[in-house]
Amino acid sequence: MSHSDATAAPAPAAVQGATRIKAVILLAMLGFLLLVPMFLYPIFLMKILCFALFAAGFNLLLGYTGLLSFGHAAFFGGGAYFTAHAVKVWGLSPELGILVGVIGAAGLGLIMGLIAIRRQGIYFAMITLALSQMFFFFCLQAAFTNGEDGIQSVPRGIFLGVLDLSNQINMYYFVLGVFLLGILAIWRIINSPFGMILKSIRENEARATSLGYTVARYKLAAFVMSAAIAGLAGSVKSLVFQFATLTDVAWQMSGEVILMTLLGGIGTLIGPVIGAGLVVTLQNYLATSPLPVTVITGVVFMVCVLLFRRGLVGEFYASRIGRRLGFKSDS
Amino acid sequence: MTMIFGVPMAALMGQLLIGLINGSFYALLSLGLAVIFGLLRVINFAHGAQYMLGAFVALLLLTWTGVNYWIALILAPLIVGTFGALVERTMLSRLYKLDHLYGLLFTFGLALTIEGTFRYFFGSSGQPYPTPPALAGGVNLGFMFLPIYRGWVIVASLAVCIAVWLLIEKTKLGSYLRAATENPVLVQSFGVNVPLLLTLTYALGASLAAFAGVLAAPIYQVSPLMGTNIIIVVFAVVVVGGMGSILGAIVTGYLLGIAEGLTKVFYPEASNTVIFVIMAIVLILRPAGLFGKDV
Repeated sequence: MSHSDATAAPAPAAVQGATRIKAVILLAMLGFLLLVPMFLYPIFLMKILCFALFAAGFNLLLGYTGLLSFGHAAFFGGGAYFTAHAVKVWGLSPELGILVGVIGAAGLGLIMGLIAIRRQGIYFAMITLALSQMFFFFCLQAAFTNGEDGIQSVPRGIFLGVLDLSNQINMYYFVLGVFLLGILAIWRIINSPFGMILKSIRENEARATSLGYTVARYKLAAFVMSAAIAGLAGSVKSLVFQFATLTDVAWQMSGEVILMTLLGGIGTLIGPVIGAGLVVTLQNYLATSPLPVTVITGVVFMVCVLLFRRGLVGEFYASRIGRRLGFKSDS
Repeated sequence: MTMIFGVPMAALMGQLLIGLINGSFYALLSLGLAVIFGLLRVINFAHGAQYMLGAFVALLLLTWTGVNYWIALILAPLIVGTFGALVERTMLSRLYKLDHLYGLLFTFGLALTIEGTFRYFFGSSGQPYPTPPALAGGVNLGFMFLPIYRGWVIVASLAVCIAVWLLIEKTKLGSYLRAATENPVLVQSFGVNVPLLLTLTYALGASLAAFAGVLAAPIYQVSPLMGTNIIIVVFAVVVVGGMGSILGAIVTGYLLGIAEGLTKVFYPEASNTVIFVIMAIVLILRPAGLFGKDV
């Protein structure tokens, strides 16, 4: 195959190649995720999975609808608080507790979304930031969150009355299951007709309106779905670490999830997962160093924005090798 | 003791004063944000960090070289403004052609880096900055005691806000600036150096933040984290006022500061959130903001 062919339009064989490579990578990753708790500390892995799901849910909004939310910490931390409260105080089982967390986060997303989608672009980002900060102060003062102490020693419970989650390995596979379901849901959403409409709004909102789509309603739906997935990630995280604190609702958390998505690749399914893995690993290594993590994350942020805005995965897709293999830069 | 609405007059006036002082900072900061946004279309997330830098430059000038408050009030904005100009020239200017969100993300990263670096060198705890001797003490107004320094903050911020407004509305430079906001390509074709104008504008915004930082130093403690929380409130102020007008940013800053102070008197639990609540209500009733023109 000549070089110009590969750059202009990938031949059908190459596209097939990309699908095949993706399938192989997916299988390899799945095998890796199933076996990895034998080599690495499960809590660390579960943390990565939670953040990966959080970032993937965030990317549903930023990458596929083109809305930059600076307030996703509210849903992540809100989900964590709701689940922790439901499990610890109401004594619900873990699956019902997570359900409470997800519904709570989705409800929060509905309220915030209704207000925020009235403005676009930069304003949208600032409004979501301000609203999530408002939720932060609510959590600081509300009785059920215990203020600065947070909700501590949350019981993990027994999943469906069968699987004892206090066992670390059981918990890992439970988290992995939730993570895979979440990713599957996102994949299903972005490849549905609904997802196509979201992408059309991202590309050209005015044209989507002129085609007769009620853009505001689609944006709101995407916002609520994204909030629900972020809430799911937060709910699971509160069970993994057995506490829910103000850190999860603070605005720094909203910044972190943006970084994960940007670093991995906005608008790619796998990018945010890889970005989350890298950022959590980085934080883990820097946790003991005297240098504040924010210095490094800040620099990574600036470098990403200045030099590779497509993120690691996106740049690979757009690179000569990626294109020759038949990846599209926006897939 | 005189009572107004069931609240002691002294308490009411005290909180009104605090609200007015907070409002002074909100006005200065949202003015800087609005000036930068007007021309560069960048939401300067590093505005809080530049405010913190202003306070720190003043503190370091005092402890290392013994430079007093009055000189720091001029010098710190100049230093931070120069730093802002460098950042704009070397990095931020590469992002103008892209989606405006990248400017927000870049300045967010810049803010994290600056604040993290200062935390590394100076720790998270606040350090006191002495009130300049000329402004120490206070006067008894009869119904309340007014510390002179706080009165000075209100006067100084009002003076600077009016000066910047005059600069933009009444001078030739300001007319270039306003023209470049409307149509940068056309203004450049008339021979105005628009890239230089952009650099100067960012430097002006950054030095306004630094000026607010120096003003704040004797009132609040000088700490690396002093800018992070205020900047989110200022974002809400900017959303309420609407980015459209300079005057709107100033007026909204003072109004919301006073609203916050009054809330502290009548319903203290909501004092942290009242500005965000007002923002939500304004967005529902008037999405473009109180003074905004765009929809």
